[in-house]
Amino acid sequence: MQLAKSIEEIRADFPILSTMAHGKPLVYLDNGATTQKPLQVINVMEELYRTTNANVHRGVHYLSDRVSERYEAARETARAFINARSREEIIFTAGTTASINAVAFSFGERYVREGDEILISGMEHHANIVPWQMLCERKRAKLKIIPFSDEGVLDIEAYRTLLTERTRIVAVTHVSNVLGTVNPVKEIVAEAHRHGIPVLVDGAQGIQHGLVDVTDLDCDFYVFSGHKVYGPNGIGVLYGKADMLNELPPYQGGGDMVANVTFEKTTYNVLPFKFEAGTTNFTGAIGLAAALDYLSALGREAVAQREQSLLALATAGLSAIDGIRIYGTAPHKVSVISFLPGTIHQLDAGMILDKMGIAVRTGTHCAQPLMERYGITGNIRASIAFYNTEDEVEALVKGIRRVTEMFV
Amino acid sequence: MNINEIQDQIIEEFAVFGDWMERYEYLIDLGRSLGPFDEKHKTPEYLIEGCQSKVWLYPSFENGIITFSAESDALITRGIVALLVRVFSGRTPAEIVDANIYFIEKIGLRENLSPTRSNGLLAMMKQMRLYALAYKSKQEHS
Repeated sequence: MQLAKSIEEIRADFPILSTMAHGKPLVYLDNGATTQKPLQVINVMEELYRTTNANVHRGVHYLSDRVSERYEAARETARAFINARSREEIIFTAGTTASINAVAFSFGERYVREGDEILISGMEHHANIVPWQMLCERKRAKLKIIPFSDEGVLDIEAYRTLLTERTRIVAVTHVSNVLGTVNPVKEIVAEAHRHGIPVLVDGAQGIQHGLVDVTDLDCDFYVFSGHKVYGPNGIGVLYGKADMLNELPPYQGGGDMVANVTFEKTTYNVLPFKFEAGTTNFTGAIGLAAALDYLSALGREAVAQREQSLLALATAGLSAIDGIRIYGTAPHKVSVISFLPGTIHQLDAGMILDKMGIAVRTGTHCAQPLMERYGITGNIRASIAFYNTEDEVEALVKGIRRVTEMFV
Repeated sequence: MNINEIQDQIIEEFAVFGDWMERYEYLIDLGRSLGPFDEKHKTPEYLIEGCQSKVWLYPSFENGIITFSAESDALITRGIVALLVRVFSGRTPAEIVDANIYFIEKIGLRENLSPTRSNGLLAMMKQMRLYALAYKSKQEHS
């Protein structure tokens, strides 16, 4: 699989990649936190504000019609990108966190009672832990945790035994933001469905690394953020099966989500508008669609392949350093590599790398229970995107070598 | 030496370093040479929790002088902790309360004391002042 553009052409699409940081060329390896935006996204958003700004679904006038059309076209782009059955199953939200909170609230109101169980995994990001904890507190339900191995592989046997007649929903991450593990979500969904239990998949770290087909996965909810898939901040998607979404009460009230309002009784709009109260982030949605189009044009499988080859290079380079500990060695993982060099504190290493122009994430990566599982206070995470180069991976390895020399 | 003289001394020490790498290496050395911290004071009471690194700060007050001992789990943070202890420890409460700390900025470490860094250092400095304020009011009321 070949990318549709050369790496030089790709890097030219992302102007920020030519930044100088502390006098050194920026090596941006914090793509798991947020990805950079191509001109194709930046330009479309600027153009929108210049030429096509009006509120969506409100006016009968020229501009409102045009922007509403583009907003709905963005929905169609998102639908096609994850292969949902219909565009009414695509709800635009503020991001992954907002999407999970929406489901935890609406689903919880409709289906969760005292003594019920919610099943998540031990490798979740706080965004897929805390909303469920809040639900459990509200409803006096119990949160159950699927364990995982030292390599970072979910214990599927344990998962099967944790599914009980009290389990109301399973919420697991597609890809671990720390370990890079790609979880067998299709198998997880199939198993839950045998018991009639729906599954939410947190796709925040899954959407940007290749193909996501929600129809094939058969998950009931799939959620992701725009900013992690080369799109703008403050926009995300909540995919839900139409039958499921129709059953759930809305979680926010306001404009556009209603059919008819009187002071006695309000009836709700149809999908997807029922879940899009207030003026939505339509510029964000249209920017997100531009990002998804960019990835599709580049070739999503080629993107994944390139990232895999950069991951292999990083893994080989870092593994050769004495005393390095790599967290997450699952056979199926994306281009995320978490590690600690010897006993060196992650913050010390991160500060030295920063001065070399290398951007990585240090700390717990919003996954404190996972860090506790490994008995560490945090680690260093390099997360690689297709626009990174072999030289940048080399710079990271060299940087870590330098760090280990400084701290012996 | 008063607090400002010590600050000027630190600024002078750092002036010889050509680049950031030398500065950081010096901080690492300072971190290593920071005096021992009594393990029994490694309790939540003396912990200043940063998101990125942890700092422990233990004060004692005798004959009108505050002595600080401190510790961190990250070495560069420890180096900066050592500098703050050097400036603030062995002072009267009034000296600490009235101090104007300028050396951090002058030696190019300002980013390490920004609220967004969350390494415990800014909170440590605030905590040192709070201890000084508490001891000062104790002095005034005794």
